[in-house]
Amino acid sequence: MAYLWSLAALIPLDNYGHYIHWGVIDLSVANFIVIVLMILTFIAALFLPFPGRNRRKESQ
Amino acid sequence: MTTAEIERQWTTRLRKRVAGHLPPEKLLPDTQPAYVSSWIYVFGVTTIAALSMVILSGIILAIRGPQWWHSSSIGHFINSTHLWSVEIFFFAMIVHLWGKFFMAAWRGGRSLTWVTGVVTFLASVGTAFTGYVSQTNFDSQWISTQAKDGINATGVGSIFNVLNLGQMLMWHIVLLPLAAVILTTIHVLLVRVKGVVPPFEDEKGTTK
Repeated sequence: MAYLWSLAALIPLDNYGHYIHWGVIDLSVANFIVIVLMILTFIAALFLPFPGRNRRKESQ
Repeated sequence: MTTAEIERQWTTRLRKRVAGHLPPEKLLPDTQPAYVSSWIYVFGVTTIAALSMVILSGIILAIRGPQWWHSSSIGHFINSTHLWSVEIFFFAMIVHLWGKFFMAAWRGGRSLTWVTGVVTFLASVGTAFTGYVSQTNFDSQWISTQAKDGINATGVGSIFNVLNLGQMLMWHIVLLPLAAVILTTIHVLLVRVKGVVPPFEDEKGTTK
C-alpha cells in the first residue's frame, strides 16, 4: 500500500493544472495525454495481430 | 377468433416483423465473419462493458448518497470507479468512432446504425456533463457557474438550469442514462440486423 502512495506522489495533484496554448486551442496537459493515448491505441488496434486470426482463417 | 382476426392483431404482426428481421440466430450469432478478427472491432463491446460498470457503480452511489461518497473510503472507491468507468467508456467510444468513421460504417444500408451511434455519443456527453455538475463539491460549483453563461447563450437555460442541482441530478441519473441505454440497445440491435460492416475489399466481392 505504501508503495502505491509513493507512486501517487510522482504526480503532484495539489498544484494548478498545466495547459497547452496553441492559437484558439486551450488544452490541459491531462486531456492532451488522453488524446495521444487514444491515437496510439487506435494505431495499435489497426496493426497488432488479433489472437487466433490465423487459426480461424485456416479452419475456413 | 378467426385466423384472419388473429393475423390482424398488433401482437401477431409485431412478432412476425421482429422474427423476420431478427431471428434468434441473428440476435445471438455463433460466429462472425473472418474480418472481425481484428482489435479495431473490440472497442464497441469495450464501450458496452464500461457502460455496465458506470451503471452499476452509479446505482450504488444513488443508494448511498453524496455524504457517503464524500466521506467514507468505500464511498471514495465507488465514486472513483464511477469516474474511471466513464473515462474508459469515452476512451473506447472515441476509438470505436474513429474505427467506424474510417471504415465508412454507414455503407450497405447501415445509416441508422451510424446515426444512433452519433446520438448516443451526444447523449453520453450530456450525461457526463450533468454528472460533473452533480458531484456536490467545489468542482461541480465551479463547472456549473462556468457553464451557465454558455448554456444561457443558447437559450436552453430557460428549461435547463445548470445551477439547479436537483434538476441536474435528475437529468444525470434518470433521463439521460435512460436515453443512452435505449439508444445503445437500438444501436446493437441494428448491428445484429445489418451485420458488422465489411472492409472495402470484401464489399467489392474479394475475400480476405
